[in-house]
Amino acid sequence: MSLDLGATRRDMLIVEDLKKYFPVRSGLLQRVTAWVKAVDGVSFTIREGETFGLVGESGCGKTTVGRTILRLLPANGGRVFFDGEDLFALGRGEMKSMRRNMQIVFQDPYSSLDPRMPVGETISEGMMIHGIGTAQERTETVADLLKTVGMNPYHARRYPHEFSGGQRQRIGIARALALRPRFIVCDEPVSALDVSVQSAVLNLLRGLQSQFGLTYLFIAHNLSVVEHISDRVGVMYLGKMVEVTTREAIFRNPLHPYTQALLSAIPMPDPKFKRQRIVLTGDVPSPLNPPSGCRFHPRCPRVMDICKTVDPAFEQKQSDHWVACHLYSASAAEQTAPSAP
Amino acid sequence: MNNTAPPGSEPNILLDVKDLKTYFYTEDGVVQAVNGVDFAIREGQVMGLVGESGCGKSVTSLSIMRLLGGSGKIVEGEVWLRDRNLATLPEEEMVKLRGGALSMIFQQPTSCLNPIFRVGDQVAEVLIQHQGMTKEQAWNRAVEMLARVGIPDAGRRAKSFPHEISGGQAQRVMIAMALSCLPDLLIADEPTTALDVTIQAQILELMRRMQTEMGTTILLITHDLGVIAEMCDHVAVMYAGLIVEYTDVNTLFEDPLHPYTEGLMAAIPVLGDVRDSLAVIPGTVPDLINLPPGCKFAPRCPYAREVCSQEAPPLIEAKPGHKVRCWILHPQTSAQWAGYTKTDWRFTGEEVFAQPAAATGGTDVS
Repeated sequence: MSLDLGATRRDMLIVEDLKKYFPVRSGLLQRVTAWVKAVDGVSFTIREGETFGLVGESGCGKTTVGRTILRLLPANGGRVFFDGEDLFALGRGEMKSMRRNMQIVFQDPYSSLDPRMPVGETISEGMMIHGIGTAQERTETVADLLKTVGMNPYHARRYPHEFSGGQRQRIGIARALALRPRFIVCDEPVSALDVSVQSAVLNLLRGLQSQFGLTYLFIAHNLSVVEHISDRVGVMYLGKMVEVTTREAIFRNPLHPYTQALLSAIPMPDPKFKRQRIVLTGDVPSPLNPPSGCRFHPRCPRVMDICKTVDPAFEQKQSDHWVACHLYSASAAEQTAPSAP
Repeated sequence: MNNTAPPGSEPNILLDVKDLKTYFYTEDGVVQAVNGVDFAIREGQVMGLVGESGCGKSVTSLSIMRLLGGSGKIVEGEVWLRDRNLATLPEEEMVKLRGGALSMIFQQPTSCLNPIFRVGDQVAEVLIQHQGMTKEQAWNRAVEMLARVGIPDAGRRAKSFPHEISGGQAQRVMIAMALSCLPDLLIADEPTTALDVTIQAQILELMRRMQTEMGTTILLITHDLGVIAEMCDHVAVMYAGLIVEYTDVNTLFEDPLHPYTEGLMAAIPVLGDVRDSLAVIPGTVPDLINLPPGCKFAPRCPYAREVCSQEAPPLIEAKPGHKVRCWILHPQTSAQWAGYTKTDWRFTGEEVFAQPAAATGGTDVS
């Protein structure tokens, strides 16, 4: 699966300093009184043919990143390049044809399919909108797609309520594949599924990737799933990217204290497994009023003075390993050295 | 935790569930949610009940609490809490037990708290009801409990309303409430499923600490084998309303005997163990209104033989302290599987062994 083409792979999607703020309105006139900085300056690159896993806890902004990239939500700042083309500069018509290349699979297979539409129509709707093929050809494509995702062509005439969660997620994947996209945002595609069904959907996504040469942005909160499916991984905390690196490095050599704590918090299915767990104190702060300096500093077990005031830069620290943490910046280490015991 | 008592000095049995059957009467038919469940928990132990959605693990716990609602009914079986059979206890007696000797925490802590009362009052109410404390005594004790479950600045926090606290804090409040009357048995139904992984770690640690300090017996219900491995002494694996395997936690993970347990363990991605593809259990869980005859797992079991779809296997003790409900391990039938090889569980997920692929039309949806 993970062909080591990292060095030679082309950058397909480049995200630069992406920002998405949601207004908070209050009062009689519904005036904007504050902004929730859901995504606050996130940069990363996805290479052609790879799976980029994006992890973080609820409210960290990972889903917003996926939706803003696809322009399902308008961005407040930053740029996104797909194949060198600036997505935020495209006009409506240009974006519409661009969307054929970029699709999304949603988290909840129970609410993401129209309950009053036979699944065949749901799958072919994108082709209708883009005027692809005749009705006959579309029916054939739907049958092929259903077979591709491990279902039967006669399922096209049925309605979503007739299917189990795993089958619905397969339908959602077939819908995303209908326009032959090159890039798919998978937004928590297996979180709503039971483990025995989850593994089948993960295997399917991997199979489709090699079959069609797809590139994935795989958003999830379950690190074991992300480790299983990703080539590279980005970790988000409260609207910021804190670490981006290869799968091997993130799980063997995590640099950011948040990544380290996140990994150590996962319960392992092995009663004899012993480890030193880093239990973070406190809750994730509100993105409405994020802490000063490094946003992780109130919960960080290795907090230094500088962390409370200066927001650490997101910098490359090792080959293919970016991290935003003062522990790894030379100047900060000097500053705190005298006060260290 | 995980400290199995040495043989001969086992603590007394606190809860003994015998052949419990709970059905729900709906317009579509009778849902056989729990279909003959037997297990026992000894004092001070943590017993895990694991399985996927719809396997009956939550209904088992609600049956013990007798919180089944209008359509659900315990149709057979006994639930002994020491010397009292909860299955037949009058409702007035049950009311006295709930929150006192028996307490429960749920998956969605924020929806379990009453939104219009301060959290401190909600903890205090339990103490007023069950221990006859005065308002002031109860409030002071409630603040004490909130501090004990790790709520910072408990005196002030006790005056908060549920919407002012986070999910992790709400679960701490639920735990404080559940433990305030020193219950004999605490039922925790997916207590960390709705929480983020770093908050889950906090809550699991809190439950472990409270269990050690107070010696509470816990029935922990979860779908997460990681949580089971970390918390439990004994584990029962449920499938379609039945316990299919029951043993101590180390044995379960080292030597799973039931094909369903085997498939489940192979299907989960494990951190640090990257595989090319994951195991898949083919098919889907059976419809609890129309259960298959014979073994309920047979339609999805790669090892199934004729006997499996004809007759339901009993739960037998296949090895000392290790019970399993499978014909492969039953002395009368095990010869049929002589020299069989283990499957690698490389299925795509839609195979149904019991019927040919061409005949699946119309009935393959769950």
